[in-house]
Amino acid sequence: MLKFIGMRLLHTVPILFGVSLLVFALVHMVPGNPLDILLPADAPKEVIERLKAEYGFDQPLYVQYLSWLGRVLAGDLGTSVFTGQKVAGDLFSALNNTLAIALPAAVLGFTLGIALGVVTGLHQGGWIDRVFSVLSIFGVSVPHFWLAIVLVAIFSVGLGMLPAAGMAGDGGWPTSLEDVSYLVLPVISLSLIPIGIISRLVRSTVLEVTGQEFAGALKAKGLRRRRILLHILKNAAPPALALMGLQFGYLLGGSILVETVYNWPGAGQLMNLAIFRRDIPVLQATVLILSLLFVLINLLVDVLQALIDPRMRR
Amino acid sequence: MEMAETNTQATRREPDVELVKTYWRSVGERLLRDRVTVGVALILAVMVSASLLAPWLAPHDPMAGSVANRLKPVGTTGHLLGTDETGRDMLSRILYGGRLSLLCGLTPVILATLIGGFIGVIAGVAGGVVNALLMRLMDVLYAFPSVLLAVAICGVLGAGITNTILSLTIVFVPPIVRITESLTTQVRNLDFVEAARAAGASHLELIRFQVIANILGPLFVYATSLVSISIILASGLSFLGLGVVPPAAEWGLMLNALRQAIWVDPVLAALPGVAILVTSMCFNLLSDGLRTAMDTRLKA
Repeated sequence: MLKFIGMRLLHTVPILFGVSLLVFALVHMVPGNPLDILLPADAPKEVIERLKAEYGFDQPLYVQYLSWLGRVLAGDLGTSVFTGQKVAGDLFSALNNTLAIALPAAVLGFTLGIALGVVTGLHQGGWIDRVFSVLSIFGVSVPHFWLAIVLVAIFSVGLGMLPAAGMAGDGGWPTSLEDVSYLVLPVISLSLIPIGIISRLVRSTVLEVTGQEFAGALKAKGLRRRRILLHILKNAAPPALALMGLQFGYLLGGSILVETVYNWPGAGQLMNLAIFRRDIPVLQATVLILSLLFVLINLLVDVLQALIDPRMRR
Repeated sequence: MEMAETNTQATRREPDVELVKTYWRSVGERLLRDRVTVGVALILAVMVSASLLAPWLAPHDPMAGSVANRLKPVGTTGHLLGTDETGRDMLSRILYGGRLSLLCGLTPVILATLIGGFIGVIAGVAGGVVNALLMRLMDVLYAFPSVLLAVAICGVLGAGITNTILSLTIVFVPPIVRITESLTTQVRNLDFVEAARAAGASHLELIRFQVIANILGPLFVYATSLVSISIILASGLSFLGLGVVPPAAEWGLMLNALRQAIWVDPVLAALPGVAILVTSMCFNLLSDGLRTAMDTRLKA
C-alpha cells in the first residue's frame, strides 16, 4: 500500500510541473506585451515599474518561469493589479466560500446518487427505475446555471421562501439558520449534476454486479437481502468514489456559473471578476490553486479506492 | 464467357447478402426499433433545421426591438413566445440563437474528435515512449476541471465565437485521446490484428483497416455523449460574457440578459434555458440509444 501511495505521488510530480507551466503560460498566451494586459490603461507609473521588476519581463522566459515558480512555492501567489493587495488573502476567503457550497453539494450528490442508483438498479424495468432514470437524464443534461435561475424563480420570486442571492454575514461557513437559508439553493443547483451522473453509474454497476455469479450464489446460500445489498454496495462504491472525486473537483472549478447567478462571493466569482478587470495575477493564482486542489483530490480518491479495493493497487 | 462469370458470381453472392446482415445494418434496425432514440433524433432534426431555416421561419427580425414592447409575456399576439428585455421577439431570437448555440456546441466536439482521435491512435499504435509522452501530456490537461480550463482560456484570449470553440476543443481533446488510446490498445492486441500483421499488412493498412475500422463505433458513441456537455459549456461561457458577444442571439447570452427579468416574468426569463436543456437532453438520449444499438464490445 505504501509503495502504491509512493508511486502515485511520484506520478503527480510531472503533472504538477505541467500544470504550473500551463498556468504560467496563461499570461503569455496573449500576443503583444504581457504588461499591456496586466495593467489597466490608467495604471500609475510606479505600479508599472514594480510589476516589470516583479515579473521580470525583460528576462528570458525560462528565468521568468523559474522565479515565478520560486515565489509560488514560497507561498507568494502574486499581487492583484486592481486592488494592489496580495492575492492569497482574497483567494483563500473566496475558496472557503466556494467550499461552503461545494462540499455539501458533493455529500448530497454522492449519497443521493448512490441511493438512487441502487434503488433503480435493484428494480430494473419497474416504475421507480423509469421515473428516476428520466430524472437522472435530466440531472446530467440540465445547464445548472439555468436550474439556479429556475430555483430562484420558484422559491424566491414565487414562494418567497428563500433568499434569491448573496450570503448572510461576512461569509464562510454557516453559523445560524439564516446563513443556511442562503446556502440551500446554490447547494441544490450544484448537486443535481453529480446526483445524475453518479446514480447512472451506480445503477449500471449494480446491474452488472447482480448479474454476476457470486450474487446468485449469495442468494442461493440463503443470505438476507440486506446482506446481499452490502456486498453489492461494496462492489459499486469504488467506481462511484472515483467519479465523485472528479465531480467534486468540477464543483470547485465549475461553481463559477452558479456563483454568478447567486452572487456568491466564491472562487468562481473572484475569477470572473479578475477576467473582467483584466487582473491576470488573480486569474493565474485562482486557476493554479483550483487545479492543484483538483489534482490532490484525485490523488486522495485513488488512495481511498486502493484502500477499499486491493485490486487497484497494481 | 464474361457474362457467364458475372452470372455465377451473382448467384453465388445473393444468398450471402440475405443471410449475413452487415453490422451497420443490424445497428440501424435496432435503432429504428428504439422509439425513444427515434423520437429524440426527430426532435433534434427539427431543431437543427429550424435553426438553419431561421431567416425564413422567424416571424420578426431577431435584432429589432422596441422599448414599448419590452418583456411581453408568452402568448402575446404577434409574439408567440413574448419579447425580451429590449422588446425583441423571443421566438425569432430562439430560432436564430440555435444557430450559434449548436455551432458552438457541435464544432468543438467534431474538432476534438478529429485531433484527439489522431493523437490517441498514434499513442495506441506506437506504444512505448511515444505513448507515455503523449498520455502524460494529456494528464496535465486533465488536471484542470473542464469549466475552469474553458473559462481561463476564454478569459485570457477574450470573448468571441472563435475563442469559445478553441477553448472547448482544448477541453475535449484529452478525454477523446484517452478513450481512443485505450480502444486502440485493446484492438491492437486482438488476434485478428495479429493475423493481418502476419499476413503482411503494412502499418498504415493495419491502422486504416483494423484499428480505425474497429474503434470508430465506440469513439463515435463517446463523442455524441460529449455534445451535450459542450452545448452546456458553450452557453455557459456566453452566460458569463465570455462566449458569443451581444447583440447576437445565443441561448446562454439570452439567459443572462433576461436574468433581471425573473422578477417580472419568470417563465419568460427561463425560456432560453429550456432550449439548452431540450437540446442537451436529446443529445444525451441519442448517445444512450446509439450505445445500446451498437452494443460495442470494446469498453470505452
